[in-house]
Amino acid sequence: MGLKPTPYGTAIPFEEKELKFVGKNPTERPDAIEKVTGRARYAADYSLPGQLFGKVLRSPHAHANILSIDTSAAEALPGVKAVVTMDDFPDLEVEIAAAGELMVNFRDVTRNVMAREKVLYDGHPLAAVAATSNAIAKRALKLIKVEYEVLPHVIDVVEAMQPDAPILHEDQFTKGVDPKPEKPSNIATRIESKLGNSEEGFKKADVIIERHFNTKAAHQGYIEPHACVANYTEGGYAEVWTSTQGHFVFRSQIAKILKMDLAKITVTPAELGGGFGGKNTVYLEPLAIVLSKKSRHPVKMVMTRDEVFRATGPTSGTNTKVKIGATKDGKITGAQAELNYQSGAFAGSSLSMAAVTVFTRYDIENILVIGHDVTCNRPKVAAYRAPGAPMIAFGVESVIDELAEKLEIDPIEFRLTNAAKEGTQTHFGPKLGPIGFVETLEAAKASEHMKMPLGPNQGRGIATGFWFTIGNETSSTLNIAEDGTASFVYGTVDVAGGSRAVFTQIVAEELGIPLESIRVVQSNTTSLGFNFTTAGSRGTAAGSMAAVKASRDAVARMCDIAAKIWDVDIDEVAWEDGHARPAGANVGDFDPLSVADLAKKAAYYGGTIAGHAELNVVGGGPGFGTHIIDVEVDKGTGAVKVLRYSVIQDAGKAVFPDYVKAQFHGGAVQGIGMALNEEYIYDENGIMENPGFLDYRMPVASDVPNIDTIIVEVPNPNHPYGVRGIGEVPIIPPLAAIANAIHDATGIRLQDHPMSPPKVLKAMSEL
Amino acid sequence: MSKHHITTTINGDEVDFLCETSQTLLDVLRDELHLTGTKEGCATGDCGACSVSLDGVLVCSCLVLGVETGGKKIETIEGMADGDELHPLQRKFVEHVALQCGICTPGLLVAARSLLAKNPDPTEEEVRFGLAGNLCRCTGYQNIVNAVLDAAAEMRGA
Repeated sequence: MGLKPTPYGTAIPFEEKELKFVGKNPTERPDAIEKVTGRARYAADYSLPGQLFGKVLRSPHAHANILSIDTSAAEALPGVKAVVTMDDFPDLEVEIAAAGELMVNFRDVTRNVMAREKVLYDGHPLAAVAATSNAIAKRALKLIKVEYEVLPHVIDVVEAMQPDAPILHEDQFTKGVDPKPEKPSNIATRIESKLGNSEEGFKKADVIIERHFNTKAAHQGYIEPHACVANYTEGGYAEVWTSTQGHFVFRSQIAKILKMDLAKITVTPAELGGGFGGKNTVYLEPLAIVLSKKSRHPVKMVMTRDEVFRATGPTSGTNTKVKIGATKDGKITGAQAELNYQSGAFAGSSLSMAAVTVFTRYDIENILVIGHDVTCNRPKVAAYRAPGAPMIAFGVESVIDELAEKLEIDPIEFRLTNAAKEGTQTHFGPKLGPIGFVETLEAAKASEHMKMPLGPNQGRGIATGFWFTIGNETSSTLNIAEDGTASFVYGTVDVAGGSRAVFTQIVAEELGIPLESIRVVQSNTTSLGFNFTTAGSRGTAAGSMAAVKASRDAVARMCDIAAKIWDVDIDEVAWEDGHARPAGANVGDFDPLSVADLAKKAAYYGGTIAGHAELNVVGGGPGFGTHIIDVEVDKGTGAVKVLRYSVIQDAGKAVFPDYVKAQFHGGAVQGIGMALNEEYIYDENGIMENPGFLDYRMPVASDVPNIDTIIVEVPNPNHPYGVRGIGEVPIIPPLAAIANAIHDATGIRLQDHPMSPPKVLKAMSEL
Repeated sequence: MSKHHITTTINGDEVDFLCETSQTLLDVLRDELHLTGTKEGCATGDCGACSVSLDGVLVCSCLVLGVETGGKKIETIEGMADGDELHPLQRKFVEHVALQCGICTPGLLVAARSLLAKNPDPTEEEVRFGLAGNLCRCTGYQNIVNAVLDAAAEMRGA
């Protein structure tokens, strides 16, 4: 993922101990009351005195040169206070940085927030207006005159890879090919990763299956559109309230795009109305700041749903090939995959992440993975929950199912025979540490679900998934107030209300004080050091590591105060159950001192009590899951109904078990939507035809069944409580599990996504 | 263009506001009256995040114009709790972990209250179909459905 491994990272080893708070559901989440009463403040809920409303002019073409932009009529409209175009933004050189699971190139980021030489997709911004009302801003957009030279466009990934395809970037030559190609290409990068010799592996196989798969782009579908309020103040400072998964990463991007010093920018993350990977990159923020600078007013910008679909990151549409060979007793001997992933208008899809997940659930000696990152006239893709993995798992887990069928081996047994375990060599480098994949398969095999009988036109499918847990920069501060209550300030955005609760549980566990005595507060960019964005399932895993470190820091300080009060050596003080207690020879000499006792006396004994963590967290425990899905196929319409669903996943340690289950539910249902309905549809001019929730149909409550869950706990040895990231794995298996269930019900094997009624009907008619 | 002067009742209080002809009830609630608990997810009536009750009828406030609400009674999420006392639906949403990011939660609560007013003893299927106009992307709906069923039982005194 381009993030440099560090020898200076922090991992706190797992310790088995009796737990009071961790692993037990708290009765009240810190964010819940605000959310159920409508008082929680999301970005679009913020307003500043004197604020203007900003709107963006977007390209109506998929691909066109910008010949001229005339903003004079818009500027002359009463109520319009500022208009900006590319001329208001500096051009930037190529410079790559991490932004969640995907990398960003600042040369491209600045062109994505405001088009420069040409527009590259339907919805590409090319001007923005700030006015005294939304209505005036919208009217002003219509007065901006743009002259375009429309160019041929390309939408499909395979078409974009052809030598005669319309080229998006004349200066893009395929990387990873030697010698450097002479002609520019939409293939930005070719990657290859291998283990052993896959061709030799196939020679040992009794059965080899090779299949091609296609998936369409799907959107993260957060219900909250992107929004921000920006205020540029005298002295060159900017303050921004925004909808983000990572305020520090946003600050870095804003600083680059506007050539500002980091310290002059304050980004405050509002309550986040869903991100799923799609809110790691700036879209509106630089425009709002420049509009604010020009107009000398705060500027509020809120996207419409149409803008969210047309111009923010969906996941890649893909074309893949999977080839796997196995012996007749069910041992996989060789495997190959080719991944062709759309990156949208600029290079940099989730390919590199997807490529390392391809076969990383199985112990296979001979592997070859080839990938292409392909630009095409679509919005730049963004991360979407386990970015890139569901699409290649669709292929791999479908072929695994077909192999098991051909070999007449139970699909779970086939996977158990080949399952990755501690010590398995991956094809991308490291050997796996202790993981719980086999445990999820065993739990699936023993589950009640597997015993449920199936009726006519019903089928059962199995599929599995793997995703990383990343660590990265994580800072936190724990302040102990004079009365012994604690406030924990964290900087890894709580994307959905779960990690905040977990931080409270962890601090309570470490300090030995009740949950009610702890208040958790999300920082802005000035109140803590840099935190990486909430991506790669790191929120709870890395954030809780910082909570442990900060708590232990504060405990050490409290023990120091007790030692001073008692006039003993610090080794003679132990921390137990929320109190400093005499330990060793002095036991019985002094009464234990509570957090409140110590806090009251802290000033005299050296000053306020606080604990800090400024870490680069390493040792994230990878997560594995197995899903079982039962479907019923309507033979008349081709409609697929999901009847029964089980998620079995290794959480390492579920700190807040009900919330872990809720994450499993959510990921599974997003996966059902992706599998059966969701897709970007373009017309012949490259214009998106379904940029709204009516035509981009996400699952509603009546579309889905209850999701049964089994939490497996194989502790991560590099986390003090054994935690693994859990958020992303659940979206990986559903596509393949549903395809396998449809096969079980009907005999058809679908390789084209989404598995919508017309496709199911057509495949059944061809059977 | 002169604005319209409208008088309504919102959460039991008489409220006056000025609005342009083109402003929706959602715009009025959020931008003019600063009642930001009602959310905008799509502005086309497809997501239910802006659900409010208008004279007892569940509507998407993005599909109603501000000028249409004169003399009517509007109930929003801000009026759901009775002081410090949460509505049973609100309490059950918290207990059942029926919310994650929370952006759809106000609309779902208002829709669920309307559902239970019409059908105090719904089946699971009736709850799922009754809330099918409200999109949630985080929860997969299961905990929401359970929270509504549990609240319904409590409200019936069962």
